[in-house]
Amino acid sequence: MTTTAPAPANAAPIVHEKALVRSWKTPIVLGVFALVGLLMAFVFPASGETTFGLSTERDAIQLAPLVVPTQATVVITSLLLVVAALGALAYVKFGKGHAPLWLSIVFAVLFLVTFLTWVAAGKTIPVPGMLVGTVALSVPLIFGALGGVVSERAGVVNIAIEGQLLFGAFSAAVVGSLTGSPWAGLFAAMVGAVLVSFVLAAFSIKYLVDQVIVGVVLNVLVTGLTSFFYSKVLTSDPAFNKPTKFEVLPIPLLSDIPILGPVLFRQTLIVYLMYIAVFLVWFGLFKTRWGLRVRAVGEHPTAADTVGISVNSTRFWNVSLAGAIVGIGGAYYTLDVVGQFGKEMTNGAGFIALAAVIFGRWDPIRATLAGLLFGFATNLQSVLGIIGSPVPSDFMLMLPYVVTIFAVAGLVGVSRGPAAAGKPYIKS
Amino acid sequence: MSDEQIPGKGQEPEQAVEVEQVPAEQRASGADVPPPPAANRILREIASSSWLLSLLAIVIALVIGSILIAWTDPAVQKAAGYFFSRPADTFKAIWEAIAGAYTSLFQGAIYNPKRGDFINAIKPLTETLTFATPLIAAGLGVALTFRVGMFNIGGRGQILIAAAAAGWVSWSFELPPFLHILFATLAALIGGAVWAGIAGVLKARTGAHEVILTIMLNYVAYYLISYLLKTPGALQAPGSNTPKSPPALESAIFPTLSDLIGVGSYRVNLGFILAILATVWLWYLLNRSSMGFRFRAVGENPHAARTAGISVKSTYVLAMVLSGALLGLAGASQVLGTTTTGFAAGVDAGIGFDAITVALLGRSRPWGVFFSGLLFGALKAGGYTMQASEGIPIDIVLVVQSVIVLLIAAPPLVRAVFRLPSPDATATVRPAKATAKKVVTK
Repeated sequence: MTTTAPAPANAAPIVHEKALVRSWKTPIVLGVFALVGLLMAFVFPASGETTFGLSTERDAIQLAPLVVPTQATVVITSLLLVVAALGALAYVKFGKGHAPLWLSIVFAVLFLVTFLTWVAAGKTIPVPGMLVGTVALSVPLIFGALGGVVSERAGVVNIAIEGQLLFGAFSAAVVGSLTGSPWAGLFAAMVGAVLVSFVLAAFSIKYLVDQVIVGVVLNVLVTGLTSFFYSKVLTSDPAFNKPTKFEVLPIPLLSDIPILGPVLFRQTLIVYLMYIAVFLVWFGLFKTRWGLRVRAVGEHPTAADTVGISVNSTRFWNVSLAGAIVGIGGAYYTLDVVGQFGKEMTNGAGFIALAAVIFGRWDPIRATLAGLLFGFATNLQSVLGIIGSPVPSDFMLMLPYVVTIFAVAGLVGVSRGPAAAGKPYIKS
Repeated sequence: MSDEQIPGKGQEPEQAVEVEQVPAEQRASGADVPPPPAANRILREIASSSWLLSLLAIVIALVIGSILIAWTDPAVQKAAGYFFSRPADTFKAIWEAIAGAYTSLFQGAIYNPKRGDFINAIKPLTETLTFATPLIAAGLGVALTFRVGMFNIGGRGQILIAAAAAGWVSWSFELPPFLHILFATLAALIGGAVWAGIAGVLKARTGAHEVILTIMLNYVAYYLISYLLKTPGALQAPGSNTPKSPPALESAIFPTLSDLIGVGSYRVNLGFILAILATVWLWYLLNRSSMGFRFRAVGENPHAARTAGISVKSTYVLAMVLSGALLGLAGASQVLGTTTTGFAAGVDAGIGFDAITVALLGRSRPWGVFFSGLLFGALKAGGYTMQASEGIPIDIVLVVQSVIVLLIAAPPLVRAVFRLPSPDATATVRPAKATAKKVVTK
């Protein structure tokens, strides 16, 4: 206690230099897509009318289907796309150097309208059905991505999202069937996925095994275990695979909103949990002491350790928390959308969730949007398959992965993860 | 109070010693080279721990497999229902379940005396070699990237692209037998190399992590091949509606052992010889060539390698390309060796992921990979027999395989289970830490 803080040699005020970095990538990408829009409008014009179905029979407020002339609409929206791209250009040139996120979202919606109108010339697109399908496919992706964000922000790379989803789905199916209670199933899904997380955390934190190796091997292990029990136990005794599903809980008033009401507010408990989870993870990570600690441990564990944060236990418990979040997503398969367990039923969703984490730049809100985008792309291919479209479905399914490759390669914005993710912390 | 202070005082000198040691080591090496990244150090440790640990890991994994088999066996469950009145029945049932499983595993993988004469009885062994062929080739590819400090998780995509390339050559051209095999195999090697090269170039040019890149490229390749298999004029068999390719021409198919010696129906083929050659080649490359030296130098410490004048980026690209070529060989052995009557999008058969476990069990050494490929080939061949005769799902092989690899990746865990002493050789990095750990585990 005899040491005194040395007096600063020069007490001149520190002047923060603010470098203005102009990022041209957004306008370039938007420009390319605007060109595609112009191609659809003028080079490959489609004739006829496009019908957008806006209501289903169950809706309280019935909307008449929206019928638009295909060619005129495509021309107008593609010109709007050009305007939006030029707007992004102006933002970068004269504004803060970055095109705002909302502009990209507006552009994406406009582009979708253009594309759907063009592709469904002379046919009907059921808009509510398409959006409901999008949410159904996105829910596990979003839970997986949230778990991935928490785990990676704490400094542990989570390749095992796929395994956590699968084991969550399996546990929910078995426990939900045996107890007859979806609540018990949901709890079991969280516990099951946390168990996978425990292995990931124990091996990567205590035994310093490379996190990628543990993640990859855990996926194989969970696939093997669940497939083994599925073939050996669940198929021979169906009583193990008849979980009680969560019932749809329409929220009064909100569920009567046209189009969006049935999509967002006529869902099961798990979907409402997702809204809460997205908010809580965002709020927790960026507005609370817990979040600050998690991010410190993931970015600079040595500094975090110096100020008295226990790096390894923070990592351990947050990887476990991430498992619990992913587990809810797994339960969504067996307690909501599918209703029973199937062999390898997650079918790569964990890897799309991983892609959403990266494409969402390790941010809960952006990762959620990325999950929605990927869910939409996956759902769009089945809608297009039904109405018959010129774009092969395989390329729509490929989209999330290609987008992620572009994202990590820095071709579309820089995607940089937490600095210490993937590195075990060895206290010296 | 004093009790609390003593360990506190005891720790301080240790930490002080360590802090002094690190710069001393750096000074001794004579350059301002930062220490290698943790991943490189860990991969090296995996490669250098002893064979005993591998054996023990296999034992533990087989025990876990036995527990699963006994637990789900109907006879055991029935006997366990009256365990307290006649416990011997339960143990007998457990014994029968496990013995039956491992007997059929052995009969499916090595030798089955029930099949009559020697020519038929030894067929399971040749099946093991057949299953091991792509595992060895793919395992070598993954091991090569491990030695350079990278992960190639993209085996699936590389095998698919290679299979498509080899398949296309195998039915599109009419060539003399030897040349046709040569060209089809070369096409596979190039296909795998190009697909892996994409990841390598992107890593080198943009710094993107190769794990993410290769995982994503797996799916891109899968959907690309699915599309091509559905498109007439691309990979789809003419006049067919199913997403399946035409069969390979006879001249492009790897000759099997039975073609050579004229007896039996052995499926093991030229691919196995190629896998042996690839093992020898990789051994030579890594241990005797200057390129292999550069690979290993980058794998040990990329910072030091860069200081020594090695181009780390081009090493990454080259290693990825060669790794992809080896995975391409696995793809060739699938479409030219075993699945010759036309393939679907599942032609990779999970080999790309199995290869990671093969490489880890083989400790990234060429001959280690060879023997671990044989072991996993035997598990696969035996697993199918076990599924058919005992009703035990083949998925148990995945469980055993992944448990083996998890344990091998964590030597301290295996040591803790068997109460083995920690080897001093690995403790040189941080002596204080290692001793502290030993106390904790005991």
